[in-house]
Amino acid sequence: MDKPVNHKAWFLVLPVLVLVAFSAVIPLMTVVNYSVQDTFGNNVFFWNGLGWFEDLLSSERMWNALGRQLIFSGVIIAIEIPLGIFVALNMPKRGVWASVVLVLMSLPLLIPWNVVGTIWQIFGRVDIGLLGYGLDALGIDYNYTQNPIHAWITVVVMDVWHWTSLVALLAYAGLQSIPDAYYQAAKIDQASRWKVFRFIELPKMAGVLMIAVLLRFMDSFMIYTEPFVLTGGGPGNATTFLSIDLVKMALGQFDLGPAAAFSLMYFLVILLISWVFYTVMTNLDKRGG
Amino acid sequence: MSWMAWTLPTGIFFGTIACLLVIFTILAVRFPETPRTGVLGIETTRGDRLFITLLGSAFINLAWLGLTGMPQPWAMLVCLIWAAAVFRWV
Repeated sequence: MDKPVNHKAWFLVLPVLVLVAFSAVIPLMTVVNYSVQDTFGNNVFFWNGLGWFEDLLSSERMWNALGRQLIFSGVIIAIEIPLGIFVALNMPKRGVWASVVLVLMSLPLLIPWNVVGTIWQIFGRVDIGLLGYGLDALGIDYNYTQNPIHAWITVVVMDVWHWTSLVALLAYAGLQSIPDAYYQAAKIDQASRWKVFRFIELPKMAGVLMIAVLLRFMDSFMIYTEPFVLTGGGPGNATTFLSIDLVKMALGQFDLGPAAAFSLMYFLVILLISWVFYTVMTNLDKRGG
Repeated sequence: MSWMAWTLPTGIFFGTIACLLVIFTILAVRFPETPRTGVLGIETTRGDRLFITLLGSAFINLAWLGLTGMPQPWAMLVCLIWAAAVFRWV
């Protein structure tokens, strides 16, 4: 870019800035204020400095929740991305079935998160749920309310069920943008199906796949409603992810100071990821990806 | 304002950030610049570099608090070095 950027246009976003100040900045400032103080209610606060941050950084509880969160995000990305690509590759490219499949694929994305949690909560129950009852009938001792591994599998499968179609739709959009000439050239060269995928489809999908990975990472990193409705963070703390732990701390125990410090650290991680997301996307745009 | 539970240190903290934002806004308006590509391979303006500096400083402070056990003000020294590096090379 040779032309200097004229930053004066930024003043036009002032009204939005005022709105955001009331909806986000002022509450965030309050959280920062809470994070360095202690309170026993009645709006009376005591200075605690960086004590809460120090406590949290050495608390096993937060690191465990962070660990579970990272494992969860890693697992669902490792499943949803290849599965989404696989589904997209097998979706019809044109004709009436293409539209039908697109609508079907969009359906899980339209269901509110708490409803998804409720669906799976009932689906997995051994007494009335189809999945739980079916597994029980097959002789598998499945109980997601008592067995941590079963709870994890259920939460992961629920997320895969809910969000794989997003990845598939993004990958499908990437595939649709590949001109036929590429496939014709591959055919002339007698390229195998794998080579067509590896050297034509995958590079052409790289941009949207990057967006899919970042979207899924961000979203899963902030996940709250679905596991909360399904398992409530249990059994024990087995599926207590960061946001569930934060809500427990802030609203369950009413520990405003530690919860504020916790949410600030959580916010910083989210901010970092959002920045990476934004940077990658704008750079892809510039490169014409 | 009492519900926001303000303290002097947090007031100074936000005041400093607000001043930085105002200074960089004035700079951006008075001296328009061309974005440049640095070691991260991404185009950055002064504002971007300020953001990277502030975000990095937050993590430096947390790491200092969690790992070193030394007095916190020393972390600010690392942050200043970080800021200089970001503005020079990013």
